[in-house]
Formats: sequence, structure tokens, C-alpha cells
Amino acid sequence: MTFELLISPGATTRRYRPNRWDVLAIPLVIGIVMSLVMGARQAIVRFDMGDRLALSLDPANLPGYALRSTLRMLIALVASLVFALTYATAAAKSRRLEQVLIPILDVLQSVPVLGYISFTVTAFIAFFPHSLVGVECAAIFAIFTSEAWNMAFSVHQSLTTIPADLRDASAVFGLTGWQRFWRLDVPFAMPGLIWNAMMSMSGGWFFVVASEAISVGDKQATLPGIGSYISIAIQQKDLGAIGWAILAMLVVIMFYDQLLFRPLVAWADRFKFEDTPGQIVPRAWVFDLLRRTRFLPWLLHPIDLALAWLRKLPLAGKFRPEASPAGGPRSVLVQVLDLVWYAGLAGVAAGLAWQLYRYLSPNVSASELLRVFRFGFETALRVFVLIMVACAIWVPIGIFIGLRPRVAAVVQPIAQFLAAFPANLLFPVAVILILKYSLDPNIFLLPLMILGTQWYLLFNVIAGASAFPQDLRDVSKEFRVRGFLWWRRVILPGIYPYILTGAITASGGCWNASIVAELVRWGHDTVRIDGLGAYIAQATTEGDYVKITLGVGVMSLYVALTNRVLWRPLYRMAERKLRLG
Amino acid sequence: MVTPSDTAVEAAQGAPLLTIRKLCQSFPKAGGGRLNVLNDLDFHVGAHEIVGLLGRSGSGKSTLLRIVAGLARPTGGEVRFRGESIDGPNAAISMVFQSFALFPWLSVLENVELGLEAAGVHAAEKRERALAAIDLIGLDGFETAFPKELSGGMRQRVGFARALVVNPALLLLDEPFSALDVLTAETLRTDFLALWAAGRIPIESMLIVTHGIEEAVLMCDRAIVFTPNPGRVTAEIPIELPHPRNRQDPAFHALVEEIYIQLTSPPTAPGGSIVQHPLTPGSPLPHATTNQMTGLVTELGSAQYGGKADLRTLARSARLDVEALLQIAEALQILGFAELADGNLLLMPDGAAYRSANTQERKTIFAAHLRRHIPLVEHIKQVLDDRPRHEAQVIRFLSELEDHLSKGASKAVLGTAIGWARYAEIFSYDAKTGMLSLDNPSASSGR
Repeated sequence: MTFELLISPGATTRRYRPNRWDVLAIPLVIGIVMSLVMGARQAIVRFDMGDRLALSLDPANLPGYALRSTLRMLIALVASLVFALTYATAAAKSRRLEQVLIPILDVLQSVPVLGYISFTVTAFIAFFPHSLVGVECAAIFAIFTSEAWNMAFSVHQSLTTIPADLRDASAVFGLTGWQRFWRLDVPFAMPGLIWNAMMSMSGGWFFVVASEAISVGDKQATLPGIGSYISIAIQQKDLGAIGWAILAMLVVIMFYDQLLFRPLVAWADRFKFEDTPGQIVPRAWVFDLLRRTRFLPWLLHPIDLALAWLRKLPLAGKFRPEASPAGGPRSVLVQVLDLVWYAGLAGVAAGLAWQLYRYLSPNVSASELLRVFRFGFETALRVFVLIMVACAIWVPIGIFIGLRPRVAAVVQPIAQFLAAFPANLLFPVAVILILKYSLDPNIFLLPLMILGTQWYLLFNVIAGASAFPQDLRDVSKEFRVRGFLWWRRVILPGIYPYILTGAITASGGCWNASIVAELVRWGHDTVRIDGLGAYIAQATTEGDYVKITLGVGVMSLYVALTNRVLWRPLYRMAERKLRLG
Repeated sequence: MVTPSDTAVEAAQGAPLLTIRKLCQSFPKAGGGRLNVLNDLDFHVGAHEIVGLLGRSGSGKSTLLRIVAGLARPTGGEVRFRGESIDGPNAAISMVFQSFALFPWLSVLENVELGLEAAGVHAAEKRERALAAIDLIGLDGFETAFPKELSGGMRQRVGFARALVVNPALLLLDEPFSALDVLTAETLRTDFLALWAAGRIPIESMLIVTHGIEEAVLMCDRAIVFTPNPGRVTAEIPIELPHPRNRQDPAFHALVEEIYIQLTSPPTAPGGSIVQHPLTPGSPLPHATTNQMTGLVTELGSAQYGGKADLRTLARSARLDVEALLQIAEALQILGFAELADGNLLLMPDGAAYRSANTQERKTIFAAHLRRHIPLVEHIKQVLDDRPRHEAQVIRFLSELEDHLSKGASKAVLGTAIGWARYAEIFSYDAKTGMLSLDNPSASSGR
């Protein structure tokens, strides 16, 4: 990865005299760097578990809190990036590691992040006693887990689809494995990686809000940030403060979108593997501005040099062909090593399973287990119904928008923006309404579960309808295919894979949201419905680790099973039959 | 014609740059055993010569090139470059790819610099050499452009500049012009040959894989003809015309004709006897569609040709390259519709009957020939006949084929067989369920 687009190849020899664009860019960059430093300094203060930090609901403090939340987000993003690249590269380079790493990732993706937050908080605080750093780490870790897994998947997917001729060219021209990593692997994975990072921001903000104010049993940890501001506002039933928080969140998301992701997406466009210049080139004013400056090349030149130096490190050998052509029967030694490897893995797995059994069995009765599975079934049913309802609403709307390019150009960024907005900020509003009009929570709590993730469905459908080939639309017009027949034979099969992708993402988010949406508080009032989410939330408040483990385990099982039994077969079928072109 | 073992040529050209002896390459098959791709290959590339590799698809030309490039290791025999055995990519061997293989995120200049950067060349020298190569190959002014902004021809120029900038002794070219349109290919080829003839390219020798026979005669000092299954050298044809070569020259024609005949002649065993492969259910099938076969039979029987046509003329009028044409011709041959001999394609009586039949009769004739000549189709048909419900999973036949062929080839062969049999209405295939069956979709179940 280099910043060479920013520094055009000729620019290295050009003088770095400031030009008029620098007048805008220099304050922008320095301002961002300064505020980040200020935010970071506050995290290093003495703190003991149970200390209540003085958080005030004065809106004047909100910008500072927002900065702290933003910083956590940024650190988590960088950590996810590093994790995704190393983890996926390890999996792609080693057959044995791949057999373990990818299934682990798959399971991790099914585990509800909010469920194990209580464990990570305790663990991190043990690592960094008497300091807020532990709690900070726990919060950052929660955000990290919402982003890292699918980013790693994206990188692995990219690495396994690198065109063979580019791999050959790197070998023929004598690139070492390390040089290839920077010249081929990373750039090739970049567009997917950034797109995934942007998409998982929604989850990220959601967990910022949820993880800044954590109470596990009688212990409480509160970090200054938008999330804790909200939680205090909820405790004190301060509706005005909630309004301010929502406003601050909107501003923060807008900044992130404009200053970070749009420029990144515009920058990553050069890494797209395509033969012709893209029809729609992503643009971002910040990116355009920075590209025109002389100041930025000056700032980035050292980075570029550092990367060039990094590439030169003799960290891996040059390509050597395998002795036996690919796919050949493996040698006896390799077979023996495989056997040892599998035996080791089986041993570790059995040991862990035994530990878990010993931990759970004395404390969990059969009836409790049955109860948890019943709760799981109830939540699963809710998720399923919600996805169906969301499809019924958003698919027609999305198709309507997607088939009209001008409308889509306006609506698509808005949908993405809404997707990034953490829906849990709006929960108090819903609770107030439910309490005020004594509504049935079994119906009126449900929308909260899908509030945040329905947007994925919408913008996937919009993307699908926009990509629907014009000639197929023309043909159906020509043969006067209209009404129900048009839906059944033309548009729905045509965008089916997109609907499915949206539904899969949305249902994953729903499961996670159930932990905060099935049990919602407003001051001392609680609104709850029975379900696995409420079960986990309740156990977390009580600090009952056995119940948390059981609940999280069962939920992971449900999510993993739905993926295997329902979503993945559907997706494969869609890929096989309905792919256009 | 010089036989591969003739050492007189070797001696005349001095110590060879590249020597290949008894080279074998095989790949494991799914059902155990190995599939031979190259068998006992012997040839050399001398100093200051351009050698062309020609052969039908599956004759292992590209496999050979990959071995020389150090991208793959052979299962037997030896490949020596300047007397040393090749065990990985060599700094003095460079390559031009059919697909260009440019890095889309690097500018033209950075793409050209790639090999120098890997070799640890100092920044200033790197830039200087890259600019010189860009200049030489005619890419001035495109230094900062990205590959996707360039036309195919300009992209392949980048491919050439990138390969030349590292000063290789041996340049490997893997069908370098076949992804370009005819005019662009001609321009690039002419420009490149002019540079070579003027001695402005510091390469010693070149090894070029091509399926353009005229391209080989235009460029090469020697053409080596490969025969498939397994790949071996059947002929070496020296081309001693002076550069620049003239396509209208009768000597040029004669050489093109000679290579055509070598390419289309039935495979001969090392002893010289003609090898007759009776097809088995696991035999590879040529890649041709029924529409292509019908088209070729129609063309062949037309007044213009009267049942006998020269392949070269046929390729030109059908706008096909030799490789594609040969596949179709071979399909007609194994079905008994036509015969290949001495660079000509002859229409057989059954082919003529097929040509004059109407749509339904054609299907009947085609079906009869399929079942008689293609054991795989007959095999599938019998399995379906024997089953009580007259259906079978396609996977079953695929795994049977994988006992004889590679995974990719099995899929291709089965696809071809199913395509032919569907046209002949021998059996039908449902892609949704992966089921082969005898019944045609009935009117009632049709949606």
C-alpha cells in the first residue's frame, strides 16, 4: 500500500511549495491530529473499579465526550485492520492454519458481541488495575469484535481470488513473499477491506454506545463518551440530554463519513481490479482537496519512503516452485505431520469442551437448559418474522428507488448514513411511548431489534435494482410483462442475491440487537419480553457468569445453525442459478 | 525438416542458452495415477534465435513455458539455462504474459520498475532504466498513466517494457499478441521485430508460444511443433527467411503450409507408425459446439469448397484461429462427418447427408453418430436406460471421468458431451438439480 496516487510519480522531485489548496488542508489535518492527541491524554488517569466518573449531562461537555468515543472507534478500526491482514494472510498462506482459522472466524462471527462484553471488561481490568486503560481496552475490544471478523473474511476472500497471472508475474520478476504482500496482496484486498470496514461501522457505533457504560453485577465502569452520556440520561430520565446525544452522534457520523470513509473509498478505487475505468468513480471532496495540495505530499513522503524501506526488508524468500505439481499426493512426512496436527487440534477441542462442561454442569439444570433453548427459539422466531416484514416493506421501496438512478443517487448515501446510526440511541424514545400509552411490548419492542439493521436490506436492494441490466428491462417492456408476472419472473429473481445478502446481514444484526432490545430501561422502569436476548441482558446485570455463558453459547449455536441450514444453502443456490451474465 | 535429435544445428549455433532433455511433467488424477502432460521432451534454444512453440491445445506448450520460467517444477528430466539447472525464477529470464498481467494500482512507470525494485536496484538507476525502456518501447508520455486508462496494445507495450528493463538473456512470450485485435497485434509485432532486428533489444534469445502459424513464420528462426496427449515434439522446422519477412513471398507460404500439415497430421508414435486411439468413455473430447460443427459442415460443402478445403483458407474465411478451427474439425472427424489430412478438411458422405438434412433429420443423424462414435455418450445413455427412473446425478459421471482426466478437463469433456447429446435429444439435463434423465420436459411440467 502506498500513497502514490496522492504523490504523483513526478512529484517526488518537485518542490513542496504550498499552493492555495494547502490553506484549507493544513488546518484540517493539524486540527484533526491535535484533537486526537487531546482526547488520548485524558484516558491516562488513575481509576479504580467502582469509581464513578463525574459525567455531567451539560451539553457543553458533549463535544469532548464525542471526541473520546470517536477515538475509541478509530483505534478499534486500526486494530481490526492489522488483525484482518495478519489473520487472513496466515490463513491464506498455510493450509493447516486455514483449516482452523477460517472455521474459528465463522464461529466468532456468530457470537453476539454484547453477550461477552462482561467477560472482556473483567479480563481487561485485571490486566490494567487502577487505571482506566483496562476499561478503555474493553470498550475498544467490543468495537473491534464488531468489525474485525468480517474484515478478516473479506481479506481472506480477496487473497484466495488473486488472479493467477499477477501471482506468476510477481514470481517471474523476483518479488519476495514480503514484497508480494505489499505490492500484490494488500492492494488487491484493499477495496473489499475498506468497504467492509465502512459497512461494519454501524455495528461499531452500536457497541460504542453499549460498551461505554457497563455494569457487571455490582461493579460499574463508565467511560466518558456519548454512550455513557446516554446511559446516564436514561437513568436520570433526561429527555433533553438524549436529544443532544442524538444530535452529537449524527454530527460525529457525518464527520467520520466525510473525513475518513469517503476519502478512503475514493482512494481505494485505484486498487479495484478492473479492465476499464469504472463507470462511477467514487469522489470525495476531502480527497480531491488533499490531492491538490503540496502540503500533503510533503507530509506523506516520509510514509512513502518508510513503506519503500519496509518492502525492502529481507523478510521472506523468493518464490520457489513446489517439487510436486499442485494437488499431488502428499509425502509420508507431510501426512504424518497432518496427523499430529489434527490430533493436537482434537485434543485442544476436547479439553476445552471438558472445561466448559465442568463449569456449566453443576450449575445448570436440564430444565434451565430447556428454558434457554425455548427463549432462543422465541428470539429466532422474532428475527425471522422481522426479516420477512422488513423485506415486505423495503424490497418494493428499494426496487422503486434503484430503478431510478437519480433518486438512487440521493437516497443511497442517506441509507448508508442511517445504517451507521446506532439505533440503541432511539430506544429510550420507544420505551417512553410504550410506557405512556401502555402498549404491548411483545409487539412494540420488536421494531427496535431491526431498527438499526433494516438499512442493510434497503441499500442492498437499491444496489441490486441499480445493477439490473437495462436490456432485460427493455425486453420485459417489449413483451409487456407487467404486474405480478414482472415481479415474479423479472425483478425478484434478478435481484434475489442482493435481497439475500441484505437479509443475511440484517438478521445477524437482529440477533445482536436482541440483547439490548428485549430488555429496555428508562430510569427505574423496565420493559421486557421473554427471549434469549433478555435472558443474557438480565444475567449480565446480575453478574451471573454461568447464565451469561449458557445464553451466549446457545445464541451462537442458533446463529451458526441458521447460517448453515438456511442462509448459506439459499445463497449458494442463488449464486448457481440466478447470477446475471 | 530436422529431427529433434539432430545435433548438427546445435553445433552450428554454438552453446545453447537453454537445453531441455527428457523433460516430463504429469499431474495427479483424482482417481489415482498421473496424467502425462509432457513426455520425454528434448529441444534447445540456441544463442541469438527466436524459437516458436506451436501445437494444439493440451499439447503442453504453456506448461513447458511455466517450467522454463521457474514457476513449476517438472516431474522428470532436466532444464538447463546457461548450463545450470532451473529451480525457480531466474533473474536472466523474463516473461511477457498473454493477459498482460499488469498491476492495476501501479502506474506504467511503477509497473516497469517492479522487477528492478525486487532486484534491489538503486532508486536513481531504477528510474533511469525504466524511463529508457518506456522510451524504447514507445510509451513516452504514458509514464504516469494507470493500466486501465490504456488500450490493449498500450498495455502489452507496458508488458514488454517491464520484461525488457531487467535485461534478460532469455525472453519468454506466452501468446503475447493473442489478446489483441489483428491490427494492434500486427503493429506491436512489427515494432518489436524492428527493434530486435536493429539490435536495440539486449536479449539473447526468445521462446514464444503461439497458435498463430503466420505469426510463428513471421517472427521465428525455428518452429517446434508439439503433439498433444501427452505433449511431445513431432517436428522442428527451421525458418531461414531474411527479416523483414513478406507474407506474399512463396517461400513464406510454403512454410506456413508445412506447419499446417504438421499440426493437422494424425499423431505419429516415436517409431513413425500412426497411433490410432480408439475412443473410450474417458477420452478427451474436442471443444466444439453443435452450432460450430453444423456451420463448418455447411461451409465445407458449399460451392466454394466442394467438400474439400485447405484449413488455412477455411480459418481465414471463418475468422477463426487455427486452434479453434482444429477443435471443430477434430470433432467432425471423430463423429465421422469429415476427415483431416495433409492440412485439408474433407467432407465425408455422412457429413454431406447431415448437411442436406432438415432440422429434425439432422438431429437423428447426429444422434446415431454420437452413439456410435462417442463412447461417453453411449455409456451415459446405457446407465440411464438401466435405471428404473431413467435418471442419474451428473456428479457420478464426473467422478468417473476424473479417473482419467484432470478436474478441469473432466468438467469440460462432460459439458461437451452433454451439450451434444442434448442437441441430439438422446438425454436431457437439469442444471438446477444436476440430474441427467431420459425424459424430455413435458408440456405439463413446463412452466
